[in-house]
Amino acid sequence: MPRPKPKRAALAPPADGLRIGVLALQGDIDEHVAALQECKAHGVRVKTAAELEQVDGLIIPGGESTAVGTLLDRFQIAGPLRERAHLGMPVWGTCMGMIVMADKVTGSKQPTLGLLHIEVKRNAFGRQIESAEEALEIEGLEGKPFPGVFIRSPWIESVWGGAHILAYVEGKGVMVWQKNLLGTSFHPELTDDLRIHRYFLQMAAAAKH
Amino acid sequence: MKQKGTEKIKRGLAQMLKAGVIMDVTTPEQAIIAQEAGAVAVMALERVPADIRKEGGVARMAAIEIVQRIMDAVTIPVMAKARIGHFVEAQVLEALGIDFIDESEVLTPADDAYHIDKRPFTVPFVCGARNLGEALRRIAEGAAMIRTKGEAGSGNIVEAIRHLRQVNDEIRRLTTLPEEELVAASRDLGAPLELVREVAQAGRLPVVMFVAGGIATPADAALCMQLGSEGVFVGSGIFKSANPAKTAKAVVEATHYFDDPKVVLEVSKELGAPMPGLEIGQIPKEQLLAGRGW
Repeated sequence: MPRPKPKRAALAPPADGLRIGVLALQGDIDEHVAALQECKAHGVRVKTAAELEQVDGLIIPGGESTAVGTLLDRFQIAGPLRERAHLGMPVWGTCMGMIVMADKVTGSKQPTLGLLHIEVKRNAFGRQIESAEEALEIEGLEGKPFPGVFIRSPWIESVWGGAHILAYVEGKGVMVWQKNLLGTSFHPELTDDLRIHRYFLQMAAAAKH
Repeated sequence: MKQKGTEKIKRGLAQMLKAGVIMDVTTPEQAIIAQEAGAVAVMALERVPADIRKEGGVARMAAIEIVQRIMDAVTIPVMAKARIGHFVEAQVLEALGIDFIDESEVLTPADDAYHIDKRPFTVPFVCGARNLGEALRRIAEGAAMIRTKGEAGSGNIVEAIRHLRQVNDEIRRLTTLPEEELVAASRDLGAPLELVREVAQAGRLPVVMFVAGGIATPADAALCMQLGSEGVFVGSGIFKSANPAKTAKAVVEATHYFDDPKVVLEVSKELGAPMPGLEIGQIPKEQLLAGRGW
């Protein structure tokens, strides 16, 4: 008997032609590409400044921020990425991605993009054995609580200049929105709940038209 | 309600390490060099495999002080090795707050019949495998990540490549089998049917797989990545080379840009001598590490 096709098969590019990049240096890149495909969007891997020019929005995945922050500089992606973000391209960072986007990292001089007006504390909940799943109430998100997957996650210590916290855990910010920018301490790409991916696609569609 | 140590949380950490390099280190100074080079994690050890091989004797879990000092020195995840089957070493490492445990054939096995039941632990485990059956048995026991065994401390990539190709070939074969043949495949692999069905359906392991054992150069790392590995462990290859800081950075860049020969070329220049290598055929049979575990 023939087996059904794998769940997340490649789909044709959607009618609106949105191309969403996933920064593909290191981390859970495939998971974001798969989630975008599930939303019927066109997810593409971005490793160079030339590839960055081709996308309408960018997701910076989970991973290790010291590794990726250094590589962004070394391979000359940081400059063009900052420029695109300032011109209004939507950028969303999950966990490591949010750290890389922050203005300031508590107690560290690691290189960041300085896009989100937040101070972020790395590994804020503790080491891996403190990592946890926890349901979240997110401002503006209708329906059931969102399944938060926190893996050696950061939290947001403070915000300024137009950054707005959308969700809290233990009184600490874990999701931030600032005009065309989005940051989450948690990993929606590791769940079946695509509401935040869909929200980001709406941001990208609005920015394009 | 917080739920710690779930399958998603344990497997998830391995997913965050993808396309990265995990380096063996024996001192806080080496750990910092690794972190600055862009390593995604370090493996805290008392001796690198090349020295374990040279010095012989029983190799055990590293001294706690060594692991602790390395944990204090860096912000990236720290892994440590426990002996195969030695669940108390694993309990001790978990109590210490380690981020990942490698139940490793590089250490002398503590149990010659059974691996650790890894499911009750909050901390995730990585285990070695030479083929799909072995990988799935470890996953059934609760491993959150798989690495090839290779031949650790040899500086010779041939065994790791054999294991990587073997696992990938067996996965590809499973995806072509009709449903009714999967039961027999499960029997032949010595792996639970549920996992065999999952692999046949998805065309991949349910956890992340890295290559380990014998990676010595940036080109070795890029070779593994082009063959479908999701990241690499580099053991003796960094700190047994002539220029560890430069080699570490080069291996990291070659792993991220594995599909761009120009980058691999650039980073391979003027590295000095890599670690000395061993011909597998010249290693006495009783000293081969990959055969440990079952």
